[in-house]
Amino acid sequence: MEYINELLGPLAFGDTGWGDDLLRGAWITVTLALCSMALGLFFGLLLAGAKLSRIAPLRWFASVYTLFIRGVPEFLILLIVFFGSDKLINTALISLGFEGGVEVPKFGAAVAGLSAIFAAYACEIFRGAYLAVPRGQIEAAFAIGLSPVKVFRRVRFPQMWRYAIPGLGNLWMVVLKDTSLAAVIALNELLRIAKLGGETEGSQLLFFTVAGLLYLLMTFLSDRGRVWAEGRARRGVAGV
Amino acid sequence: MYQDFKYLISDGVCAIASPVSGDLFTKFCPRFIDGFVVTIELLALSSTLGFLLAVGLVLARMSGHRVLSIPANVFVYCFRGTPLLVQLWIIYFGIGSFGAEGLGPLWAFFKEPWLVGLLVLTLNTSAYVSEILRGGLVNVDKGQAEAAMAIGMSWFQSMRRILLPQAIRIAWPAYGNELVLLMKGSALISTITVLDLMGQTRTIFARNFDLTTYLYATVLYLVLAGLITLFVVAIERRFARNLR
Repeated sequence: MEYINELLGPLAFGDTGWGDDLLRGAWITVTLALCSMALGLFFGLLLAGAKLSRIAPLRWFASVYTLFIRGVPEFLILLIVFFGSDKLINTALISLGFEGGVEVPKFGAAVAGLSAIFAAYACEIFRGAYLAVPRGQIEAAFAIGLSPVKVFRRVRFPQMWRYAIPGLGNLWMVVLKDTSLAAVIALNELLRIAKLGGETEGSQLLFFTVAGLLYLLMTFLSDRGRVWAEGRARRGVAGV
Repeated sequence: MYQDFKYLISDGVCAIASPVSGDLFTKFCPRFIDGFVVTIELLALSSTLGFLLAVGLVLARMSGHRVLSIPANVFVYCFRGTPLLVQLWIIYFGIGSFGAEGLGPLWAFFKEPWLVGLLVLTLNTSAYVSEILRGGLVNVDKGQAEAAMAIGMSWFQSMRRILLPQAIRIAWPAYGNELVLLMKGSALISTITVLDLMGQTRTIFARNFDLTTYLYATVLYLVLAGLITLFVVAIERRFARNLR
């Protein structure tokens, strides 16, 4: 172990190097992406429901929201959420008679921003998947007397995933890469740790390259996962 | 000359916008417009250069020669698999950290954040565009390639005259998406001190901590996204003209 650490130099594990810090940063990156995806999937489903709804204002809201998110840089959205929530919470506290100066947890702000972005894209994917389930199946489900709720739960929803998984897999890669933006609001994820390490040790190229390789490893594993999930979602379907 | 033209545009827009916008926008209008123009310049250059590079990459990837296809594939894989921000920081802060002594004549390039930003945006978008073009090529009818070969065209000729033009037409909507993504990604070059729209916005925000700064930037970015979409749709119409 000692020997390996000596070999790693500034990237060593333990007190002498940044190896363990970088891995901890990578872990924060992964949890950040996972939390954003979980929340984003939930709100994406709600948004897709709004977009497909019979109530016009709901449809308008969903359309304007997705248009907004797709046209504005992720970086700007993240900054708006970060500084906006800070301002909102502090103004609310002061107006309620408490003292201001509360700091918004950076992780929470990053999750909020990233999941807001994720939801807009997921909405489009879910909408497409909802419409992709063959019409005949829905008619058949109604014909055997299932209630609308059961048709959705037993026929439409399980099949939606098959159509949604390729798109969601791509979206996961996007959110995984977008977590790096949180470095700019000083959240200690992988890229920020690499920046701190590089500046302290005076070898920025090494640290950023290592961060890049770790991102590459994460996207590589995600891609494997996506292929597996797509195969699993297609099981039992007459093969193309 | 070009600079005068930019000032003219800036003055004109600000004169029109000042009665209808808030105090903050009126005060910082020239900065916003200046950033807007920098973003457009970078987009125009990086998308054009990136597209040309992408054509080269896709030719290399489809050539069937390993000497060409393996490096091209590795390039595309690395640029698609890592965040744009990491790529920017590797090249600007990472390579740039060697300074004038380490880099020699290259230092003239790496000390300019604008040039580095242009380089990274170009490389990044070329990787994505080459993937889009590859998707287009795969979807061109097989008979087209066979017919081209049957009348004696070389591989390169058939690519240039028959397959790539059709692939571009097929891939155009996806390319339009990539243009918008490139526009959104370009905001990141503000982290390497380029004063594009995002860079100007952050400077203005740092002065007054007024959140409406970001709202104005949002509007300007939406305008930009709208312009790109209009451009993409206009070209799409042109493509469709021959198919009727």
